Amino acid sequence: MTDVQTARTPDWATEFDHTSDAYAAVAPEVWDELRGGCPVAHTEAHGGVWLPTRHADISAIAHDTEHFSSEGVIVNVFKPQGLAPMGYAPPITSDPPFHADARRLLLPAFGPKAIASLEDGARATCRELLDELLEPGVDVVDAAREYAQHIPVRVIAAMLGLPKEDGDRFRLFIHRIIEKPGEHASTIEPEDTLVYYLTQHLQRRRNEPPQDDLIGFLLSTEVDGQPLTNEHIFGTVALLIIAGIDTTWSAIGASLWHLAQSPTDRRRLATDPDVLPFAIEEFLRFYAPVTMARIAATATEIGGCPVAERDWVLLPFPAANRDPDAFERADEFVIDRQRNRHVAFGLGIHRCLGSNLARLELTVAVDEWMKRIPDFEVANPAGVRWSTGQVRGPRELPIRILRTVDA
Amino acid sequence: MRITLDSEKCQGHGRCYALAPDLFDTDDDGYAILLVTAPDGTLAPEQQDAAVLAADNCPEFAIAVHTS
Repeated sequence: MTDVQTARTPDWATEFDHTSDAYAAVAPEVWDELRGGCPVAHTEAHGGVWLPTRHADISAIAHDTEHFSSEGVIVNVFKPQGLAPMGYAPPITSDPPFHADARRLLLPAFGPKAIASLEDGARATCRELLDELLEPGVDVVDAAREYAQHIPVRVIAAMLGLPKEDGDRFRLFIHRIIEKPGEHASTIEPEDTLVYYLTQHLQRRRNEPPQDDLIGFLLSTEVDGQPLTNEHIFGTVALLIIAGIDTTWSAIGASLWHLAQSPTDRRRLATDPDVLPFAIEEFLRFYAPVTMARIAATATEIGGCPVAERDWVLLPFPAANRDPDAFERADEFVIDRQRNRHVAFGLGIHRCLGSNLARLELTVAVDEWMKRIPDFEVANPAGVRWSTGQVRGPRELPIRILRTVDA
Repeated sequence: MRITLDSEKCQGHGRCYALAPDLFDTDDDGYAILLVTAPDGTLAPEQQDAAVLAADNCPEFAIAVHTS
């Protein structure tokens, strides 16, 4: 599974494995190296996968729904087939024309104004977590496990109307689906899966009085006079759980990892509150967590490389964000970057539905942390572990607290 | 200086509304609405910095600022 300990570095242009620890440890360097030499890499792993690394190619694919289908968005040897145009988790797995209606019905709940109303609750969640974290005598904490990961779980559970104490279960389901796709398939009890959990929950909700939350909305809404199918509701709720948690957790963790190593950027945030919105966008550019995937709908090409029908294609948005053809000083973290057309949330019709929510969570998570813990450092660099697969962020992040401010 | 918004390109990233709320609103679905009232998008001098900022941060290149 991992070749970190072996002597030979893989030839990234022909044998990368985005689910390996070796790739996770140096992914930004891999993208830079490929962009300068072989900008569209290919591997035989996972049944064959393409990896474009230039902003121009990634943007072209994201905007080209005719040649690149979203029927599959997480690379796996079990390639979805025959599920288009809805796919298994609408709208992220949907293609036009089904996609537009499936997305439109969710947009108002995730628009900037609706999301702004969640700020007070999200800040209270962060403060509660910090209170728990800052027990007397504790000077080293795991910022990924004890802080970052809980924030999106609690926020999305509240939006959907799922019990907040089920958070640990969601995280386990998500880990299996995103970080190690296919690996556990034969050993998991059917009762211990997201499918079983959600099927039971949705069945229960149908028998209860309607509630004013997102699941309540999906159960009662109609498109063209028809209620949503069970598959549609199940797929959308699964999507909101899967897409909303690991991703934001990763962005929060990566941002704290950066600040732990940069006294200059910590001081800037503390003394110049106006820089925060620009810092958040630069965190998103530099540490974009999400790589999406597509399946070629027809034989086509990427930047001149021939791609066969049904081939997997990764869309590494973090690689696009570090392309010097698209960004000035692309390889530098510039906390007050004024021109920042980063693509952390993707491009085109599948732009991350939850981007406003993710930005809110990242903003309040960093802001509340900095107010209480203005100075901190990585306690043990060797103890920092980055996730593998298509969502990139620190999963273990030992932080030594150097100074706190009373709440 | 003039500003234009290509609504066909807008995907609702919301950057313009966050950075230049005096120039952009969003509809209920989160797509951008240009608030500049001059029909050709001519900007008042005090609107120009915000307009450039909005254009420079639109991932879809849906906003253009024209200097001539």
